[in-house]
Amino acid sequence: MSPAVGGRFGDFGGRYVPEALVAALEELEEAWRDAMGDPDFTDELARLHRDYTGRPSPLTEVPRFAEHAGGVRVLLKREDLNHTGSHKINNVLGQALLTVRMGKKRVIAETGAGQHGVATATAAALLGLDCVVYMGEVDTRRQALNVARMRLLGAEVVPVATGSATLKDAINEAMRDWVTNVEDTHYLLGTVTGPHPFPSMVREFHSIIGTEAREQVLERTGRLPDAVCACVGGGSNAMGIFSGFLDDEGVALYGFEAGGEGIESGRHAARFSGGEPGVLHGAATYVLQDEDGQTRETHSVSAGLDYPSVGPEHAYLHDTGRATYEPVTDAEAMDAFALLCRTEGIIPAIESAHALAGALRVGRRLAEDAGDEVPVVVVNLSGRGDKDVDTAARWFGLVDAEDLVEAEQLKAEEPVSEAEGSGW
Amino acid sequence: MSALEQVFARCREEGRAALVAYLPAGYPDLETSVAAVRAVAEAGADVVEVGVPYTDPLMDGPVIEQAASQALAAGFRLSQVFEVVRAVAEAGAVPVVMSYWNPVLRYGPDRFARDLAAAGGAGLITPDLVPDEAGAWLAAADAHGVDPVFLVAPSSTDERLRMTTEHCRGFVYVASTMGVTGARSEVGSSAEGLVARTRAVTDLPLCVGLGVSTGEQAAQVAAFADGVIVGSALVRTVGEDPGLDRLRELTAELARGVVNPAAAPPAGAGA
Repeated sequence: MSPAVGGRFGDFGGRYVPEALVAALEELEEAWRDAMGDPDFTDELARLHRDYTGRPSPLTEVPRFAEHAGGVRVLLKREDLNHTGSHKINNVLGQALLTVRMGKKRVIAETGAGQHGVATATAAALLGLDCVVYMGEVDTRRQALNVARMRLLGAEVVPVATGSATLKDAINEAMRDWVTNVEDTHYLLGTVTGPHPFPSMVREFHSIIGTEAREQVLERTGRLPDAVCACVGGGSNAMGIFSGFLDDEGVALYGFEAGGEGIESGRHAARFSGGEPGVLHGAATYVLQDEDGQTRETHSVSAGLDYPSVGPEHAYLHDTGRATYEPVTDAEAMDAFALLCRTEGIIPAIESAHALAGALRVGRRLAEDAGDEVPVVVVNLSGRGDKDVDTAARWFGLVDAEDLVEAEQLKAEEPVSEAEGSGW
Repeated sequence: MSALEQVFARCREEGRAALVAYLPAGYPDLETSVAAVRAVAEAGADVVEVGVPYTDPLMDGPVIEQAASQALAAGFRLSQVFEVVRAVAEAGAVPVVMSYWNPVLRYGPDRFARDLAAAGGAGLITPDLVPDEAGAWLAAADAHGVDPVFLVAPSSTDERLRMTTEHCRGFVYVASTMGVTGARSEVGSSAEGLVARTRAVTDLPLCVGLGVSTGEQAAQVAAFADGVIVGSALVRTVGEDPGLDRLRELTAELARGVVNPAAAPPAGAGA
């Protein structure tokens, strides 16, 4: 059950936006509610989930990984196996269909790790929409492969150099574009934050993760899990899987934030450990901010979690105690990343590796208190790690530093005009 | 009668529109920003909007965004905004503050209204706070006699125009174009229509902002609005000439523009 009442989750949520956007938000809310009651829309979305995305995504048990989690059973919800390689496609297909329904021709999006940008560019190509993706300049460097992928799909990628040049600044720039072009443009926001109805709408489009996971775990184990773990940047994959278990009081819900170099270092993106209630990007929620209300710079090895704010429903779940949020450091996440690679042959996104590290922690705790029955932990594996191979290779020193420098020099020497003039 | 009501009444008596000048506090540094607000007040601005630099100014274009980051890098602190407000009042113009909501929320809406009033501030313009979410602010503004100023936009429905203006005091900020702040070669043609639609639902003075940068444009807007708001064009001159001579010149040109709209040269004839 969603606690949303009039766009609020307790004290959180709302619509803190320029007046110019209010009409568009009202139009969007109406279109969304209308569409969800229209079998033509829901059938088309279900068809795309099945025939295009490849849903339902499997639930994979990972026993060799689970040995490191105190011996509990660990089941991965495989959103990494979706078309485009992450959970993001669930929401994007829903919103892209809504865009067509509203008669708009252009979508804009923000992206951090690039997963949402790739999903948006994909749906835009599929449905014939113009697509512009805003991405922090720092992130375009961290996620060069996804930038190329978006451009191949026909999207324009705009690097944003203002502020910290990461996800938050990409959102600012997308909002500016939207304020200017709202008549023919839909802002295809990629997570459960922003002004109402985005947090509720994006969660609903991702609730398919939780619905499937609940059915699958019941079928597989004959009972509900003890814990559900997910990483939380904006929080869309977490809300998606949490939504299937919110009413099951015996299922503990865990969200893992980017602890970066540690909370005490100040270089992190853990809103519930270091943030305060405030307003950012259209919603009242927890924000990493200073005593003047200025947004703090964040840090994470994962571009997708490097964000100073969090979806308002998570703020509500935190304050009510229904979900528990803990930071996971860069180092812990990368250790879990390596462990899943080596024990199960699955390369996860670094975002998802935060949830895996958290699951190791939760599993060991559960194992200590376990009775006769082996505890069950479900982890939302929100994305695959192809885009992160370069980051991981550097982290683990798997490539010769001199080779990397040489490769970059070779890249820099290639004539830029050739790429630009090739018709892409 | 509030200070804002008085200044618009006086302008009306003089048969002209008011000139509303926007400058960010702390840009390029606190001292220069204090001198800059004094300069625009002395050169003919009736109302000075003191902007609060914010890390995420999503309604602002590149000029004001850049000014905000420079002010923050120079060490701007929120409490300094009241110092700048006081300087405006001392120089004889009416100060209002423009701020995104989170800094005010963090400072405490009641404490902010109290300190703003104590510094001589007449009102607060909130670009990302619509009346629907403004309960706490409206109560604080009421308690301390500060005027809440909300924006209306070309996309506002008639129903929202009515609701929004009912919650405004002092004046209504009419955002003339859909988009962010910044000088434009033409002020959107939607401005006049939006002013007319807003006029139909309120007696408050209507000030038009977003896009005005020359005396000529100011004169065009003054022909149908009660106030002309100029921001980015002024901010740019502060950046280019911290000695502030160009700021004084541009303000004087804009002030001439709003004084006698009927005598303004036709569009394209040069200002």
